[in-house]
Amino acid sequence: MGSYLLGIHTPHRKGTKDIPVARIDNVQTVTIPMSMHIGKPAQPVVKAGDMVKVGTKIGEADGKISSNIYASVSGKVVRLIDFLLSTGETTTAVVIESDGEMTAEEVSAPVVNNQQDFIAAVKQSGVVGLGGAGFPTHAKLDVPAEKIDYLLINGAECEPYITSDSVTMLTRSDDMLYALKAMNRYLGVKQFIIGLEKNNKKVIAAMKELAASVSDFSVKVHVLPDKYPQGGEKVLVYHTTGRKIPAGKLPIDVGCVVLNSTSVAAIGSFLRTGMPLVKKCITVEGGAVKHPQNVIAPVGTPLKELFDVCGGFKEEPVKIIYGGPMMGITVPNADVPVIKNTNAVLAMTKKEAKTPKATACIRCGACVNTCPFGLAPVNIAEAYAKEDADMLNDLSVQSCMECGCCSFVCPANRPLVQINKLSKKLMKDHSAKEGNKS
Amino acid sequence: MSALSTVTVSPHIHGGKSTGGIMRDVLISLLPATIAGTVIFGWRALAVVAVCVVCCVGFEALFNLAIKKEQTIGDLSAAVTGLLLALNLPVDVPLWQCAVGSLFAIILVKCFFGGIGSNLVNPAITARVFMLVAFSSLAVPSFPADAVSSATPLSAETMPSLLDLFLGNRGGAIGETCILALLLGGIYLLVRRVITWHIPVLFIATVFVFSFFMEGFDAVAALSLIMSGGLFIGAFFMATDYTTSPYTPWGKVIFAVGAGLLTCLIRYFGTYPEGVSFAILFMNILNPYICKWTKRKVFAAGGEKK
Repeated sequence: MGSYLLGIHTPHRKGTKDIPVARIDNVQTVTIPMSMHIGKPAQPVVKAGDMVKVGTKIGEADGKISSNIYASVSGKVVRLIDFLLSTGETTTAVVIESDGEMTAEEVSAPVVNNQQDFIAAVKQSGVVGLGGAGFPTHAKLDVPAEKIDYLLINGAECEPYITSDSVTMLTRSDDMLYALKAMNRYLGVKQFIIGLEKNNKKVIAAMKELAASVSDFSVKVHVLPDKYPQGGEKVLVYHTTGRKIPAGKLPIDVGCVVLNSTSVAAIGSFLRTGMPLVKKCITVEGGAVKHPQNVIAPVGTPLKELFDVCGGFKEEPVKIIYGGPMMGITVPNADVPVIKNTNAVLAMTKKEAKTPKATACIRCGACVNTCPFGLAPVNIAEAYAKEDADMLNDLSVQSCMECGCCSFVCPANRPLVQINKLSKKLMKDHSAKEGNKS
Repeated sequence: MSALSTVTVSPHIHGGKSTGGIMRDVLISLLPATIAGTVIFGWRALAVVAVCVVCCVGFEALFNLAIKKEQTIGDLSAAVTGLLLALNLPVDVPLWQCAVGSLFAIILVKCFFGGIGSNLVNPAITARVFMLVAFSSLAVPSFPADAVSSATPLSAETMPSLLDLFLGNRGGAIGETCILALLLGGIYLLVRRVITWHIPVLFIATVFVFSFFMEGFDAVAALSLIMSGGLFIGAFFMATDYTTSPYTPWGKVIFAVGAGLLTCLIRYFGTYPEGVSFAILFMNILNPYICKWTKRKVFAAGGEKK
């Protein structure tokens, strides 16, 4: 296997891993968007006035690349609203007023006898990529069995602060084992690899124990360097199997399927109980939070309730982020809800959120010498300034996973990730224009 | 919380390095050489340093004012250029020539090309070469230039001892003679990860190997030669300038070996006594091409499966 891909040493700040997990059960109102995944939004199947229970289907997957959505509290649907997503698109959201009872829908474990049943069950579970990407999991698994050489379980929580996957792996390894056994049985997967960062010792021990309890197929724990970004899909596949996923291709093109560890636990839980994905474990962190900790909350809970459970704010935050500080998305306020793929929310203080002004590039090459994929952000920025789509293509800007290493190390504080994002858009617009011409 | 929070593109944290911080490190790393130069050559060395630094910073400030550009002297790069230029001049250089050299470095070489990061060649090196050509008084007897060009190079009588060379007891520019001080500064830059080992080590090693052969496999002579002239200050502080040297490891290798070979060719076969400045300047001009030749390979670009 080749050398390890580059990357950076970020601060870890994983203090929440050892703090007991809090729970929110008594949320008054939840707002559940119909798009918490990549693909088509789900179609709402409830209307204002309907009574729902925990686990009642409120959104039906629209086609293959979509996902079912379930009520996370019991109570009454008060209205359907237009909801602005972080992508800038608008979708419908169902607002449910809780009756405070958290009455569960009567569910039973799905009957699974073959691959079709299994895929259907995963679709029913409403599980999507819970590491953040939100790709519908059933669509990922719906491939001919012989194509999957390895099923990789991504436990490399490489972003600073986030520990929710670690907590899930420590507390729900039984759910994970259940899911692995089902995937072995119905998808014919023989080799599972769990990728974990070197410094995550407790979780490595727990997962090794899980691996040792399996005898009829192979589960390996692969220890990764504690360097960001190990959790990037292509990085993980390369480091665990030595296989390289070319730009624009998927893990399955090199015989791999990558599932986030919490997604695996959620599948196991559904297979055992029939209760779909309605709550999430979320790391609530950041300098503004009084008592940072992990919180299990119903999907749709407003973020401010998470902060309240953590003792509120030490100081007024000026920036709130869905996800980690390297790739997370800022939100306009604390009223936005927890969605399926929320794994962390960060509230940053004025000091933390302060970004120094961008100055001229000094061509130090730090961005080039840190990019895990060998891209040259310095040259991409030059090509973008010239609006040169062909040069951007030569520089493989499409391969950029926006991990943020280049911006993190840039001494001139240049917004390199932003430039890469804009470059991708420029290329897209350019090829659309070319398409119109011909 | 009711107010809108700040919405920005990821990442939301930064490693903490800054251009100003890097330049501050370079200034710190040149302190030992500045002190050594003052000890060896007397107080006038400090006057040369002061004039060059004040002129470089002043000219950059004035240029920014004149073209209504945001002030950039806070990044300390002009101060670095001034200090490096001073350390590359002999102690008895007329101070008005220091001012002219500073003007050349900052205005012509740096500001006219777009300021920090946009200059093609190193301002301090280029100004030194300009002054060498323009002012005959600057033909510094940079030892052992005479020795090399004379019939009996490096004879024991004309050559200072290795210890004297190491401590800087010889003629030359203010900051170039004390190898000990330059090494201290260079190690500081390496420890602070401002520079990597590639350029200084390979530049000096190339000159050593070339001289070793030319001097008939005489290791002492070769050691004397690498500690002579402006090789150490050039290799550690001038050839490692970010803007004008390659940023890929292999690019650095090509740059360093090329500069080392050119230095020796000029030293042994050229008409000028010292070749380090010319060699770096020449490699500066090649730099964009070296960067092009040594681009990092994009991950899975060819899409091969291992």
